[in-house]
Amino acid sequence: MAASETSNGTALRYAFGNVLSFFILLLIGVLAFSIRLFSVIKYESVIHEFDPYFNYRVTQYLTKNGIYDFWNWFDDRTWYPLGRVIGGTVYPGLTLTAGTLYWILNSLNIPLSVETVCVFTAPIFSAFASWATYLLTKEVKGAGAGLTAAVLLAMVPSYISRSVAGSYDNEAVAIFALIFTFFLYIKTLNTGSLFYATLNAIAYFYMVCSWGGYTFIINLIPMHVLLCIVTGRYSSRLYIAYAPLVVLGTLLASLVPVVGFNAVLTSEHFGSFLVFIIIHVVALVYYIKGILSPKMFKVAVTLVVSIGLVVCCAVIAVLVALVASSPTKGWSGRSLSLLDPTYASKYIPIIASVSEHQPPTWPSYFMDINVLAFLVPAGIIACFSPLSDASSFVVLYIVTSVYFSGVMVRLMLVFAPAACIMSGIALSASFDVFTRSIKFQLPGVKGNSQVDAGETSSEGVVAQNEVAKTDKNEEALKERPSKKNRKKEKEHVEKPSVKAQMKKRLLVLPFEASIIAILLLILLGAFYVVHSVWAAAEAYSAPSIVLTSYSHDGLHVFDDFREAYSWLSHNTEVDDKVASWWDYGYQTTAMANRTVIVDNNTWNNTHIATVGTAMSSPEKAAWEIFDSLDVKYVLVVFGGLVGYPSDDINKFLWMVRIGGGVFPHIKEPDYLRDGQYRIDSQATPTMLNCLMYKLSYYRFVETDGKAFDRVRRTEIGKKHFKLTHFEEVFTTHHWMVRIYKLKPQKNRIRGKAKKSRSKASSTTSTKRSETQRKNPWH
Amino acid sequence: MEAQLSVRAILLLSLLPLLSLLARSSSSVSQDIQIVNAERRIDLTSHIVKVFLTLKVENIGSSPVSDIYLAFPPTQVDHLALVKAAATVGKRKKKSYLPLEVNPTELPDAPNGTKYFSISLVNPLSVGETLTIEVLYILTHSLEPFPVEISQSESQLVYYHDSAIILSPYDIKKQTTFLKTPSTKLESFTKVEPTNRAGTELKYGPYENQSPHSFSPIIVHFENNNPFAVVEELVREVEISHWGNLQITEHYKLMHAGARHKGVFSRVEYQSKPSFSGVSSFKNLLARLPPGVHSAYYRDEIGNISSSHLRTDPWKSELEIEPRYPLFGGWKSTFIIGYGLPLQDFLFESPDGRRYLNFSFGCPLVETVADKLTIKVVLPEGSKDPSAVVPFPVEQHLETKYSYLDIVGRTVVVLEKRNVVPEHNSPFQVYYTFNQVFMLAEPLMLASVFFFLFVTYVAYLHIDLSIRK
Repeated sequence: MAASETSNGTALRYAFGNVLSFFILLLIGVLAFSIRLFSVIKYESVIHEFDPYFNYRVTQYLTKNGIYDFWNWFDDRTWYPLGRVIGGTVYPGLTLTAGTLYWILNSLNIPLSVETVCVFTAPIFSAFASWATYLLTKEVKGAGAGLTAAVLLAMVPSYISRSVAGSYDNEAVAIFALIFTFFLYIKTLNTGSLFYATLNAIAYFYMVCSWGGYTFIINLIPMHVLLCIVTGRYSSRLYIAYAPLVVLGTLLASLVPVVGFNAVLTSEHFGSFLVFIIIHVVALVYYIKGILSPKMFKVAVTLVVSIGLVVCCAVIAVLVALVASSPTKGWSGRSLSLLDPTYASKYIPIIASVSEHQPPTWPSYFMDINVLAFLVPAGIIACFSPLSDASSFVVLYIVTSVYFSGVMVRLMLVFAPAACIMSGIALSASFDVFTRSIKFQLPGVKGNSQVDAGETSSEGVVAQNEVAKTDKNEEALKERPSKKNRKKEKEHVEKPSVKAQMKKRLLVLPFEASIIAILLLILLGAFYVVHSVWAAAEAYSAPSIVLTSYSHDGLHVFDDFREAYSWLSHNTEVDDKVASWWDYGYQTTAMANRTVIVDNNTWNNTHIATVGTAMSSPEKAAWEIFDSLDVKYVLVVFGGLVGYPSDDINKFLWMVRIGGGVFPHIKEPDYLRDGQYRIDSQATPTMLNCLMYKLSYYRFVETDGKAFDRVRRTEIGKKHFKLTHFEEVFTTHHWMVRIYKLKPQKNRIRGKAKKSRSKASSTTSTKRSETQRKNPWH
Repeated sequence: MEAQLSVRAILLLSLLPLLSLLARSSSSVSQDIQIVNAERRIDLTSHIVKVFLTLKVENIGSSPVSDIYLAFPPTQVDHLALVKAAATVGKRKKKSYLPLEVNPTELPDAPNGTKYFSISLVNPLSVGETLTIEVLYILTHSLEPFPVEISQSESQLVYYHDSAIILSPYDIKKQTTFLKTPSTKLESFTKVEPTNRAGTELKYGPYENQSPHSFSPIIVHFENNNPFAVVEELVREVEISHWGNLQITEHYKLMHAGARHKGVFSRVEYQSKPSFSGVSSFKNLLARLPPGVHSAYYRDEIGNISSSHLRTDPWKSELEIEPRYPLFGGWKSTFIIGYGLPLQDFLFESPDGRRYLNFSFGCPLVETVADKLTIKVVLPEGSKDPSAVVPFPVEQHLETKYSYLDIVGRTVVVLEKRNVVPEHNSPFQVYYTFNQVFMLAEPLMLASVFFFLFVTYVAYLHIDLSIRK
């Protein structure tokens, strides 16, 4: 009777715990979504930055023309005159996701625009990602750690920076896909269920659709499998977790047009095949070991090893030959720069020129993961007690991602979930230890651990006391209410597991020390929350197409980019080509709907180098280059008047470098005075005569009379000059975007003819006078 | 160009005798009526040409006359946005105006494509009686920029074509025409003696005893730097929600219809010398919105436009908007204005139980011509028998729109009109019947969907689908 009551009570408590964790997860989802809305509240519901504009444009095309047109889309608005096959060169995951969302909403007659759907895709998937983190960590270390990790991930600044509302980029959905794939892998590993293995392959497929970072999965999982085999942890569960993933995953991955045969041909994927072979060999060995007697087994081993060696040698030789036949050894430039951090800066300036491909600095670690950096080591230790297949996986995950994040700032994003999982485990484990210590030393419970039935009620009281206490403390710390709830509830959930382990009575710490430690941990958590909210609100929510600044007379809005794009879209011909540095390519096609020469998809280095060369050439040579490309307008971004630092003059050295990489007559030293980049009176004549300088500073002196550049903090070198081959057609309100038109060819030929052929000149002049007579107003 | 013009003038002049001949030979209408005195004031200060015509009409025929005809040359009829007429009643101090109905008509013997409008008098004009009629008509797109293209520093000059003598199917005893230009800068004007110029006013006449259908073309070439703001297409969507809100969304396609901008646009000149650089351009517009506006927004297809100010007081709301860039001649821009209004100010119940929306027609931007205006009144889901009452002729049809969680769709009354001027901002009504029960349809639908969702989940938890026991 008493026993059944107890079990009833436990069942109820479990049910209560489940409901509670469901609501906590719901709140975590809400938190993850709402913390990313700062950009919409502070600015507006608009797509951010550069790449998201391309994704937005592709989504518009998809929703308008349907999926089949999307796959076959040849975009003639970009890379003029080459064009770009969009369907075959984008990772379609994000676009298809947003397109599906849009389609579902519209079939329910909820008339949201494509833009709105795109803006809110990232926050929605952040909520999904935190739920996936919960699932993954729960598989590794239980529900408590799962909830902690989920709430940490919901507001980790690194991930926020890529997924604020409006930041409509691949990473937004890819991080969810990454974590979910890992969860399914661990789930398969823990259960050995083929059902989850299949789901895992599908999740991997989604990841391949979404982001080039899928190679991380297809290398990390084999590494883990190898680790398990080497440490003697091979099991049939491991086989089920791995083999179907490789077979199904590779088949599915090659269905994605942008990956295609790369899924079996490039070096990034070879590791997985090698491990695939190894795991089969190991499986075979285990099988044979099971059916043969030990003596026979030895014979078999020698036989297999000798044959196996031969086969292996042959396979490796073929592989090496294949790899060696390609110039980059079968690796893509970005992957190579991952393995060798100095590779890009040596050989590919275009990769090195992107700030997010630079190695991060120490402050950026603190900025992006904050206190998690201190919790990660503790989490790793917690993973080793005890070490399971699952926990070894997360350890491997964090170790590799730390390396990758050290190579490229951008990959901090892959590191952040790992750090959250580890910190979640660490926090949960330490709370576990401390609360247990406190509980053992509380007077009411001391000494009578045997009477289960009696203890349940008293424990409840204790728990309530504890909750009340922590509550008070937290109130004193002025923590956010949601976090408070979470903490309180988390302890409730953990109660059963604590109870189950109570008999161990290990690691009992002094009562006061435990309380202080808990307080400190809460303080740490509070600090993290404050920092994350600050980062979300201040650091990462600016959409970068509209800038604001505060001054004594209030808020100033710099909406120059859209002013220029809007002008282009309404006041130029539909077929006009606009040349600008590649950063503005995506925005020009998406917002101004005009054809551009180069854009942010930097697939053709020569083409970019051509534009770079034109920008670094004198006016006439530049005019010829642009004219040969059928360009009608040239757009430059100039921050000198208002002090906007990421303008074209500051990017100019990269144009010179990239241009010079293909066209050797552009030499970087010509633009530098004693190795220094300057635009003042000390600048070199080449610099002062290049097109970029002229287009940026044309008539700049007339604004303040001195031509003081607020970004470079100096007066410019050459103040008064005229443009002969270009004319200013539009400059925005704060001069941030200046658009020039190429003067028509007519004038140039007339001038030439006059000089060279004296006879012909008479006919031209009569023609001119005729036109003059016809229209006196010109 | 000038040569062409003169050719045209000569042609017209040569036609004149013919016209008058034709008129004299036929026309029974003209013999009954004569105009004793006509005064015409043409206001050329903005790009919308307003003509005030005062006619003193006398019946000299043998029977009462109930229709007075106005004649317009075919070139003007295409640009005619509005014709209004009113009869003057009473003397001096107690003078009041009685609006009269004006309709386009055909006359059997219209010379040279002349078009007519008939003014229907309330009481037929009996023999020997006189009556003063005030006529207002508005012409759009009638100022032709010349030179067609100007640079940033030039000011805009335009041509205005008309006749020195009022075109009329009646004999006019005495007439005068005044033209008012925006500035004293007058390049040239055709002289038809007696012609006088004083400041911004140009006076033609008085001319006496002109026969019917007389015509004497004139051209006035003058400076006009007023913003030639033309909305090429305006779609206003008025969505009625019986939960208490009226949501208005207006899609504008704005254009500067003046002399086209030529060559360079220099920001430094535009900013440093605003008085004589880009004088014909405009950078802001004023929208007069009804009082009680809330949650107004101003954006275009690439996001919010931050340069706007909303001023509200209990009597009116004014939204001052600045397009993303100043508009020079020929430049275009598109934008969207949206706002909400309290429903009780605009939705009423008529005595027969139907509801009606009372809202103002026309374009809210001041001093603006809308080439094509479409008003879509989205009635709530489930409303029936829609009908619209508009004080002037418009095209009407019905559409269906699906909005938030609609099943049958909402009825949309679409009203279309071309050539809309600010004078068209008069109220119109849309009548419909609506049952209050329909308001609950969507909340109930949502509630039931969630209810069934939970029921299915409960059912799922109680069903064991496994094969093995």
